[in-house]
Amino acid sequence: MDMKVSKKKLGLKEKYQHMTRGLGWETTYQSMDDVFPFVKYEGIKIHDWDKWEDPFRLTMDAYWKYQAEKERKLYAIIDAYAQNNGHLSVTDARYINAVKLFLNGISPLEYMAHRGFAMTGRQFPGVGPRVACLMQSLDEIRHAQTQIHSISNYNKYYNGFHEYRHMLERVWYLSVPRSFFDDAVTAGPFEFMVAIGFSFEYVLTNLLFVPFVSGAAYNGDMGTMTFGFSAQSDEARHMTLGLEVIKFILEQDPDNLPIVQQWIDKWTWRGYRVLTLVGMMMDYMLPKRIMSWKEAWEVYFEENGGALFKDLARYGIRPPKWLDQIEQDKDHISHQAWATFYNYAAACNFHTWIPTDDEMDWLSQKYPNSFDKYYRPRLEHWREEAKKGNRFYNKTLPMLCQTCQIPMIFTEPGDPTQICYREVDYKDNKYHFCSDGCKEIFEHEPEKYIQSWLPVHQIYQGNCFNEGVDPTAEGFDPLAAVLDYYHLNFGRDNLDFEGSEDQKNFDEWRGMATKNV
Amino acid sequence: MGVAAIKEYEFQSADRLENFHGNQLLYIGWDQHLMFCAPFCLPMPPNMRFGDIIEKVLPGVFGYHPDFAQIDWSKVEWLKSSQPWQADFNKTLAELGLKHKDVLRFRTPGLTGIKGSAS
Repeated sequence: MDMKVSKKKLGLKEKYQHMTRGLGWETTYQSMDDVFPFVKYEGIKIHDWDKWEDPFRLTMDAYWKYQAEKERKLYAIIDAYAQNNGHLSVTDARYINAVKLFLNGISPLEYMAHRGFAMTGRQFPGVGPRVACLMQSLDEIRHAQTQIHSISNYNKYYNGFHEYRHMLERVWYLSVPRSFFDDAVTAGPFEFMVAIGFSFEYVLTNLLFVPFVSGAAYNGDMGTMTFGFSAQSDEARHMTLGLEVIKFILEQDPDNLPIVQQWIDKWTWRGYRVLTLVGMMMDYMLPKRIMSWKEAWEVYFEENGGALFKDLARYGIRPPKWLDQIEQDKDHISHQAWATFYNYAAACNFHTWIPTDDEMDWLSQKYPNSFDKYYRPRLEHWREEAKKGNRFYNKTLPMLCQTCQIPMIFTEPGDPTQICYREVDYKDNKYHFCSDGCKEIFEHEPEKYIQSWLPVHQIYQGNCFNEGVDPTAEGFDPLAAVLDYYHLNFGRDNLDFEGSEDQKNFDEWRGMATKNV
Repeated sequence: MGVAAIKEYEFQSADRLENFHGNQLLYIGWDQHLMFCAPFCLPMPPNMRFGDIIEKVLPGVFGYHPDFAQIDWSKVEWLKSSQPWQADFNKTLAELGLKHKDVLRFRTPGLTGIKGSAS
């Protein structure tokens, strides 16, 4: 016998009520404090979780439908790109190194974001933010997967893609993005939301995605461009969540303000340091440039971010600290970063090169205050030496910053000729920093950062050799042993682009595609 | 200030002296020569003669730079933790009071890097 139903379908509002807010309850067998053990210790006070406004009112059933549609479109394009040898239509093979940087440095962060939002959602007693975190967690694993799928096509043809998972926990420069996210996921749920949900997704995400996605489009990489757009369509939701979180926390209790402000200061600085890699990619790695790092910073941070912080002023939030330094640094950091990878090209899983004359002229024009004065002479000198067969490979390990883990490459604010040194004595040990920002972040939580796994120090402690390797043996070659431990193939994955297997193969294959040979 | 944590939160430094098999870390940077992108980190035994670092280690570290061969070491100015410091080539690191993770910088007056660019 059929049941009588008064109404076949729930209205949107009712459905949202039942399928989000209606899923939660006050526990009685166990205390709420035991069920949600991490929600109080950070000092954030929430009085009424029902005050949370879900800006999208999206329920899981609708979410699946939207996402499935995006996936279908994306994979159709990725398949077509792979089948048509799309990799041969990129501007030149140097571009592929930007993709390597993305897969190795950024895609694993998407996966960590997935884990972070899953853990954070679990810890919030409020159903609204819990469902929002669940969706973002699924978005993030989707991004990780689609990036791995679309980039795996490059792995069939080019070097340096083959062990991104293994390398993430070992290769020196990857400790920078990795430690950034590890720092966030080992914080409490509220700090994670401010760190990733707000500071990274809201304030800085355009500086990550726009350059990579536009860079891909400008350089003929349809595959990367497509996953970029597919991911970008989720970003609008993430940004809204990030902003909603900040407003919700601040509206709940005035005591939350100083805690949130400190997190915004910390995570804007941490994120900015990671974005050094993006700046370098924009100014040096894209054969067809989109805009300079400096221009991107001015548009996406100074203009857009400026408006955001004006808007947040009514909650008592001020713009993040150290912006005056960032303002001075924007003429320099991309050049300093590229020089670093050029130095350590033997220990790296992508190639570096000296920009062409045209590219140097572009840099002079974009950086009239810095490039010709400080960076061109260095690059030209290296080019001359390379012509003589004396390409510079720095073989001594650098000093690292204890907080951001980047080699101490950054210069004093206002003096681009002087490396910036900062240090702190803490419990019988000395710790070194690249900047006031990194130093202050350490001083706030020294016990956390004294545990940092700094690649250089780990190598010297003997922790970066494969099992069975004897560093005391006659003729022991530490660099070779470390590269083995990284699973980096010497002569294929590393060294200069000029003369690389990638360069040779790309030219040959493109020749076959465009000429009668 | 400590870390906000759910229980006691105390750890040993990952880079404490005893983890380096008898060596201590010494950081050395050459001011105005940023072709070397960052200062260097060197694991050295505390009984190493300072002069041996200058004469035997640094040529492999900084020797690529055309200015390196022109350094007059008697005129070099040293800084430790960015404060003026007196070097003595015949003393060991321990005798000079150099501790684990101390940082030295040296300045070479008259040598200003590639084409005077501090590179």
